[in-house]
Amino acid sequence: MKDTSQYAGRRYVVAGLVILIALIYIVRLLTIQVLDKSYRLSASNNVLRHITQYPARGLIYDRNHTLIVSNEAAYDLMVIPSQVESFDTAEFSALLEVPEKDIREGLRKATVYSRLKASILVKQIPAVTYARLSEKMYKYPGFYVQPRTLRYYNRHLAAHMLGYVGEVTEKTIQKDPYYKMGDYIGISGIERSYEKELRGRKGVKIYLVDVHNRIKGSYRHGRYDTAAVVGANLTASFDAGLQAYGEYLMNNKVGSIVALEPATGEVLCMVSSPGYDPELLVGRNRRTYFPALVQDTLKPLFNRAIMASYPPGSTFKVVNALIGLQEKVLYPSYKYECHAGYYAAGVHVGCHIHRSPLNLVEAIQISCNAYFCNVFRNILDDPKFPTIYQSFENWKHHLEMFGFGHPLGIDLPNELSGYLPDTSYYDRYYHKNGWSSLTLISMAIGQGELGFTPLQMANLAATVANRGYYLTPHVVKEIEGRDSINRRFREEHLVGIDRKYFDIAVEGMDRVVNGEPGSGSTARIAHIPDIRVCGKTGTAQNPHGKDHSIFMAFAPKDTPRIAISVYVENGGFGATYAAPIASLMIEKYLKGKITRTWLEDYIRKTDLIHGEKQK
Amino acid sequence: MERSRNNILGRIDWLTVLMYLLLVTFGLINIYSSAYNEAHPRLFDFSMRYGKQFYWILLTLVIATVILALHPRFYYFFAWPLYLLSLLLLVMVLVIGATIHGSTSWISVAGVHIQPSEFAKVATALVLARYLSEYNVTLEHFRDLVKASLIIIAPAALIMLQPDMGSAFVFIAFILVLYREGLRAEVLLIGFLFIVLFIITLIVDKTIVLGILLGLALLIHLLVEKKPLLTVKGAVILVATGGILWLGMTLLHKGISLYTVIFLSLLAGTVILLPFIYRLKLVRTAILYGVLILAMLFTFSVNYVFNNILEPHQRTRINIVLGIESDPYGSGYNVNQSKIAIGSGGFTGKGFLRGTQTKFNFVPEQSTDFIFCTVGEEWGFLGTFGVIAFYILFLMRILYLAERQRSAFSRVYGYSVFSLFSFHVLVNIGMTIGLFPVIGIPLPFFSYGGSSLWAFTILLFIFIRLDADRLEMTF
Ligand SMILES: [Zn+2]
Repeated sequence: MKDTSQYAGRRYVVAGLVILIALIYIVRLLTIQVLDKSYRLSASNNVLRHITQYPARGLIYDRNHTLIVSNEAAYDLMVIPSQVESFDTAEFSALLEVPEKDIREGLRKATVYSRLKASILVKQIPAVTYARLSEKMYKYPGFYVQPRTLRYYNRHLAAHMLGYVGEVTEKTIQKDPYYKMGDYIGISGIERSYEKELRGRKGVKIYLVDVHNRIKGSYRHGRYDTAAVVGANLTASFDAGLQAYGEYLMNNKVGSIVALEPATGEVLCMVSSPGYDPELLVGRNRRTYFPALVQDTLKPLFNRAIMASYPPGSTFKVVNALIGLQEKVLYPSYKYECHAGYYAAGVHVGCHIHRSPLNLVEAIQISCNAYFCNVFRNILDDPKFPTIYQSFENWKHHLEMFGFGHPLGIDLPNELSGYLPDTSYYDRYYHKNGWSSLTLISMAIGQGELGFTPLQMANLAATVANRGYYLTPHVVKEIEGRDSINRRFREEHLVGIDRKYFDIAVEGMDRVVNGEPGSGSTARIAHIPDIRVCGKTGTAQNPHGKDHSIFMAFAPKDTPRIAISVYVENGGFGATYAAPIASLMIEKYLKGKITRTWLEDYIRKTDLIHGEKQK
Repeated sequence: MERSRNNILGRIDWLTVLMYLLLVTFGLINIYSSAYNEAHPRLFDFSMRYGKQFYWILLTLVIATVILALHPRFYYFFAWPLYLLSLLLLVMVLVIGATIHGSTSWISVAGVHIQPSEFAKVATALVLARYLSEYNVTLEHFRDLVKASLIIIAPAALIMLQPDMGSAFVFIAFILVLYREGLRAEVLLIGFLFIVLFIITLIVDKTIVLGILLGLALLIHLLVEKKPLLTVKGAVILVATGGILWLGMTLLHKGISLYTVIFLSLLAGTVILLPFIYRLKLVRTAILYGVLILAMLFTFSVNYVFNNILEPHQRTRINIVLGIESDPYGSGYNVNQSKIAIGSGGFTGKGFLRGTQTKFNFVPEQSTDFIFCTVGEEWGFLGTFGVIAFYILFLMRILYLAERQRSAFSRVYGYSVFSLFSFHVLVNIGMTIGLFPVIGIPLPFFSYGGSSLWAFTILLFIFIRLDADRLEMTF
């Protein structure tokens, strides 16, 4: 048997160590329990009341430092059932302007929850009631008022971007010990993605309270109080004027507008229509309006700008042109015939009547379907690649570089990734090697399986404006007390296509808007006299109804300051509604005023929601 | 068969069993008080914490009986399988476990939540006993020491991944076992230093840590070698290398952090100093230097793992444990609440069910990790002194039993029991009175919770069973 008896003496070291620590503890306990009298409460009737100090939530400004979101005081009436003495409920109810039975019921619920812990009896008492109440508080032991803050909207706009605040759920409390029952937390939008910055940090004040419900002073001179830290103020990147104008134009239409500053990736406006007034989801309002907003068939709570996905339509021709040029399967001088469409091996893609043949710039200007069917087939049947599987993957890789098929990473929750099909999708639909460039031809003109969000489309416009790169779009520009926003918003993402090819695409987009009258330009309606707008129309096929009208653009041509995408659901051709709206937005942002009031009137008077319903 | 069962009952150390029953009972009384609800005053109310705890205690009696009925040979032979099973459970918990308070440490089986980390302690104690009792294993051999350490570190590392730092730190207690079995005191000291270094690295800025390490190394060098001139020379060389490095980088307009300067100059200094150390045969300097370099690499890797490998939620969890991001209301809130509650108890306490602080949920996790607050508030100094004194008696009894074992297996196991209980008791009470960082671990037999109660019971009763057969043990 093993012998370690030479170490047997170590038992005394071990025992000594444990006993020594225990002795230290006993001395410590003697100090705090017996010697230091200040821990004791002076009279046995006194109780400590812990009042949470809720910090003011950070304010939100727009890019021009206009205050958009601030706070207003609110007061919750709290109750600790075990401390309540009999009182005149009728008088109390009159004082609070709350029905007597609600108070009785609330009190009963609070008692069931816990007799000893505080519960909220009445939420968000108005300031006037609070003033009256605080004078009479001494009559009602066991009740006290907990100050809080609620959101206040100085401008009633940008509800989707700003998001709303609500009470924490049980699940969140489980995950994050910071939150307690009844606390508020950002639930959507900026309020959610910047919750940590906006919320600040709660503090707590401990008071001694006597039997008459009077605060006798702070416990141990505030030694155990902790100060609340106010939340950080944020400067959002949007322009309140532009945002308001966008919401005004989109009235009675379903769809969205996203505008970006190409040089920075800052979101200048993000409209999702129909929207809602952010005030409807504050405090007591929320209970009234939230169910109605949820049930509305037009889904006003849904942020279409980042959560809806549509086929890109003809705007996608610009992307295919760039990829074709980069892969050297397309040259600007290439000309293709078009006789009202593209015909090959039993496949027919229609086109409108126009002169023929066209070169690349003209094809973009006129949006010729036949031309881009040829381009797309050149890309997929590129002899560089042994089979279509490789060329398809290469094409798809280009699209991913543009930011399609995955979330761009905007600082808002629930961004959709959009959709790019992969080869296995076609293997399932047809059989392995049972499909060709001709099978996929609808994607040549942006129809078929593709899905982009309006944000991704605006980002495409910004990429073209920058001639080859983009910065991750973001809605917050500055966080008070921080040197900068997240570094990832300052990185340039190159899309892997040479600048010289972008110049050709830009030339085409210039002509879409600014071509000579009668030359076949598809969006001359977007022309602004002294601003060089470059754009591209699109029409997304909609199997459920009228097609969606799409326009993407940037301006001015040489020093771009705004890139924009506009979607109008069931709006028909891109030029019908989306192009004029984009044009008005650009004018509003760059000039600050609208000269073409007739165009504004035309858009304002268009009602695509109720017109539809009447039919 | 009948005869041997009677024999066992006669050989059991009933004093320890009695102490166990007293601790469990007093624990239940305090859980009853801390979770007391006027609407549900019955002790057996299963909807209340005390009701659940009561049933769990009844179940432990069954568990204890089963353990006593098994032959000691069972624990000896099944040590490894049980250990491997607990490692498997710890891996499983990472894959399918439930996340509560940011840490994934529970497995739900048929509606019952169990915490494998609690049972891993028992299995580790058994395997350590088995390994250290092997005839040719001795901690004086470096290889055996490494193997013994690996037995302890494997479950601890898996628990850290959950991340449940508190339960992982408990495995530090096994150092006491190794010490009793012949671990060199110097190794103990260095091991201890590295643990301190680990925690400091996470709390303090890395540049400061490096600076402190360097200063400490020079100081120790001075004390050990007693050649001030040599120490000064070494320091000058290091500072000069650092200075040149900094100057060079600045002239090249390359930004360089102080951390990098110290780090690189130490590496460069090594190249310059090594020939001297070799020629002058400065063995102690060489060892010191080696430890310093190791410590540096250690802080570097801890930093790296923490910042680059761990997920944000794991980082938050560790920060909470270390008190960096701990309290919802700012630093020290939990501990302050706990101190107020204990302090308000005075000499004799407020009396059973009369505590106010521990009733309002001001003290967080009050029937689990902070149950000692209820003792302090309701039973006063008499209560806290009594509980600590009783725990010490209990621990000393276990230590006495461990030392009276003839077999190494039983002794090592007994020491593990002693060490684990000591660690839990001292750290838990220490954190409620603000003398130890809050690393949420339960107070044995007092804290609310089935898993921990059962694990502590199993741990103890296996030892009682081994002790009963101490005269017949052949392994
Ligand atoms: Zn055509």
